[in-house]
Amino acid sequence: MSAPEPSKFDEPWQAQLFALTVALNEAGHFAWPDWAAAFGATLKRRGAERAQDGGADYYAAWLETLEGFLDARGHAPTAEALKAKVAWEAAYLATPHGQPVKIAD
Amino acid sequence: MPHDHHDHPHSLLPSDPALRVKALETILTRKGLVDPAAMDAILDTYERKVGPHLGAKVVARAWTDPEFRARLLAGATAAVAEMDISGRQGEHVVAVENTADTHNMVVCTLCSCYPWPLLGIPPAWYKSDAYRARAVREPRKVLAEFGVTLPDSQKVRVWDSTAEVRYLVIPMRPEGTEGLDEAALAALVTRDSMIGTGLAGAPA
Repeated sequence: MSAPEPSKFDEPWQAQLFALTVALNEAGHFAWPDWAAAFGATLKRRGAERAQDGGADYYAAWLETLEGFLDARGHAPTAEALKAKVAWEAAYLATPHGQPVKIAD
Repeated sequence: MPHDHHDHPHSLLPSDPALRVKALETILTRKGLVDPAAMDAILDTYERKVGPHLGAKVVARAWTDPEFRARLLAGATAAVAEMDISGRQGEHVVAVENTADTHNMVVCTLCSCYPWPLLGIPPAWYKSDAYRARAVREPRKVLAEFGVTLPDSQKVRVWDSTAEVRYLVIPMRPEGTEGLDEAALAALVTRDSMIGTGLAGAPA
């Protein structure tokens, strides 16, 4: 057996974010050019503050764009997203180490 | 840091962005807007199946099969589909061929548009502001930083990718490769040579 290939992403959440965005597009929830325009606008704004290195800050910009994008479309309003984040945070802190972390539906 | 169960009675808390992604995923899955199985399939594709080796096969075929080359230059989306490589969002692939007169180079000044089905996920430098700004302004200088020095007689043409149109550079076939088959030729085609920031390698 060969060793597993290194991931194309620096961190697992970047891979999840990528897959989530592509899955939404493939399911027809938004057109890619609209995404590219929104992402381009975020990169431009962030780039004006500080030159973007194309690594971690690239995915930070991607996440910020997707959050705004899904809020604007009503797919994941900001308040709802924050609530889900807090629920995950609480679940991690409440789950004994080694147990699967879950949140209530 | 070594892991110590006494210090971590609970599960390790993921980073802020990781939690934000989980939150979005939870909401979208609950609403039935995304299917976790579809996400897994996408990850499998981009982590394991798609990469520059696919673009290299296309280039090697173009080098060895004049009819394929003609079809590729006339309409790359259809030509690469012959090789079972398909675009994902119906975007258009355009192949641009390097010649002794013209060297082609690709950038996305908007964000990071890139021929994913042929080259996979772009490298960080392709997504950096430095490359995105300078590729258009001073391409020869950027090329020099990649170790590529072109004769003055060779023009540099920079193609700006968009969400609709993705470019694949067909590098020049290296000299001394007349006897090589497609597979051996494909091994000479680097990712950077298909972005135009490199040249196809010489045979070992």
